[in-house]
Amino acid sequence: MGIGEKSGLSPGPATRDAFGKALESLGERFPEIVVVDGDVGNSTRTEAFAKAFPDRAFNVGIAEANMVGVAGGLASCGKIPVVASFAAFLLCNAYDQIRMSVAFPSQNVKLVGSHSGISIGEDGPSQMGIEDVALACSLAGMTVIVPADGVSTAKATEAMIEWDGPMYLRLGRPAVPQIYSEDSEFTIGRANRLHEGDDVTIIANGLMVAMALDAAAELEERGLSARVLDMHTVKPIDEQAVAEAARETRAIVVAEEHSAHGGLGSAVAVAASKNVPVPIAYVNTGDTYAESGDPDGLLEKYGLTTERIVEAVHRVTAR
Amino acid sequence: MSLETDRPAIPDLQDKARVLRRHIIEMTTAAGNGHPTSSLSATEVVTALHFGGFMNYDASRPDWPERDRFIMSKGHAVPALYAAMAEAGYFPVEDLLTLRKLGSPLEGHPNMRRLPGIEASTGSLGQGLSIGLGQALGCRMDGIDARVYVVLGDGEMGEGQVWEAIATAHKYQVGNLTAIIDQNGYQQTGATADVLDLTPFAPKIESFGWHVQTINGNEMSEVVAALETAVAITDRPTAIVAETQKGFGILPILEEVGDTNFHGQALPADIAEKALAHLG
Ligand SMILES: Cc1ncc(C[n+]2csc(CCOP(=O)(O)OP(=O)(O)O)c2C)c(N)n1
Ligand SMILES: [Mg+2]
Repeated sequence: MGIGEKSGLSPGPATRDAFGKALESLGERFPEIVVVDGDVGNSTRTEAFAKAFPDRAFNVGIAEANMVGVAGGLASCGKIPVVASFAAFLLCNAYDQIRMSVAFPSQNVKLVGSHSGISIGEDGPSQMGIEDVALACSLAGMTVIVPADGVSTAKATEAMIEWDGPMYLRLGRPAVPQIYSEDSEFTIGRANRLHEGDDVTIIANGLMVAMALDAAAELEERGLSARVLDMHTVKPIDEQAVAEAARETRAIVVAEEHSAHGGLGSAVAVAASKNVPVPIAYVNTGDTYAESGDPDGLLEKYGLTTERIVEAVHRVTAR
Repeated sequence: MSLETDRPAIPDLQDKARVLRRHIIEMTTAAGNGHPTSSLSATEVVTALHFGGFMNYDASRPDWPERDRFIMSKGHAVPALYAAMAEAGYFPVEDLLTLRKLGSPLEGHPNMRRLPGIEASTGSLGQGLSIGLGQALGCRMDGIDARVYVVLGDGEMGEGQVWEAIATAHKYQVGNLTAIIDQNGYQQTGATADVLDLTPFAPKIESFGWHVQTINGNEMSEVVAALETAVAITDRPTAIVAETQKGFGILPILEEVGDTNFHGQALPADIAEKALAHLG
């Protein structure tokens, strides 16, 4: 069964595609937007903006460190630079440049990392950003957003441009189910409750939201009611939503397409422990690099499936 | 293992390159994705190094300390290396068809922890020359008379780290390091001339104190001659700027398709068939 089928979701675009379209459509309204690319604009989808506004797009070549520094400079001139590359190359390759030219001086630079997680498939681990959220969250003042579908990605892109300050937007390569309707709410820092339930809360973001909804449907058949939260903003995390989940459902499962350390799981654990300590189980890629393979096979092998979320629910509710 | 004294004749090496090219197309088309054109431009270089009597290696002992090292810094072109490794006996030729499949050690980009004989895990561009420099220094410290060969892309040369390695290799007068720049004129989003033009490479790298040769990197005799010159130089690092064509060997087919960069995509089965027929 495909992702989102169990919960009746219809197919949607990849979040990178939705981002590319949204960015292009924001170009007229926000003349300050400029794109800075490192020779991957046809992968990150900033290409559409670059074609529509060629004078506002810079392709610096395969040079991520330089790309981020240039963006910092553009931001200090009042531009809104959107810097996009693969999540791994952007965060890992240019980490100190992000620290020194974006985070530390609090520049209004929008970092966009596509090809996050293991669902990129055959290109393999060197191209998979599985530590990017941890790295982004570690930077002081950085807002970190991981949208789940095309609609929320378009809204997140707009919110990102309207937001004043450094931000990281994490995108995926494969097409994902559509979760939201066009009139849905998207507010940075506010989780969306997508399914009601009181036995457990599944907190997810990105690709894992559709699987969380599938898991909730599956659990419902077994007489367990699961609340599902789309925690699209990892930082600052919606502490109130986490506290309510902890208080009202008394068990939490966190699902994310990221390594076990420093991502959404860590953020939820910290938020819960500060307010309402609660048993938490985690679904993520663990403490390992993945490998080359077809995306579905990889998600299965590295534990990112509806079944693994359901198992985690049983584990955590038994505690 | 091959020795300089019995260097194969140029036509034999050209035929080996043709075999490698067939593997490259077959394996990427079987995988359904990958970077065949980036692999094809570097095929003469990979062939000459592995089968032209330049690199000393023992496929049955990939960790033999005295071996010469090869690093595909432009890791996406690893199908060329896998093809050579299969022909050299590191693993069965049939395994090439497992490229990029779940469970196969022939990953989309080289993974040294999974495939013996791979000297460096690459795929994030710009890092292989530094790793090669470290290996060259390590061999020298241990008194091992081995040479390290690193293949880089012309787009990859945009990474600052490459130039840091070039500077440092000169500082330490590393005479057992040879960088080969596969100047195929294209990178992911277009021609290097349009994205970031760093040509001419030779004077830039020379100005760092390296010995540099510029050759036609798809002409086997020129590749062999340049490598002969490079290995004879042991007092400083050497670079070979290999002017190549992306997709060399199947260019008429790519022209027909209308994309002579054809970056990061496998040939569809029908086109692959034409390409194989063209190669013979
Ligand atoms: C650090 C980094 N940035 C971006 C990429 C994405 N990428 C893969 S191949 C490629 C183009 C490489 O061009 P070049 O070095 O000229 O090699 P060619 O394919 O032409 O042989 C890019 C940008 C990458 N792999 N690593
Ligand atoms: Mg190139």
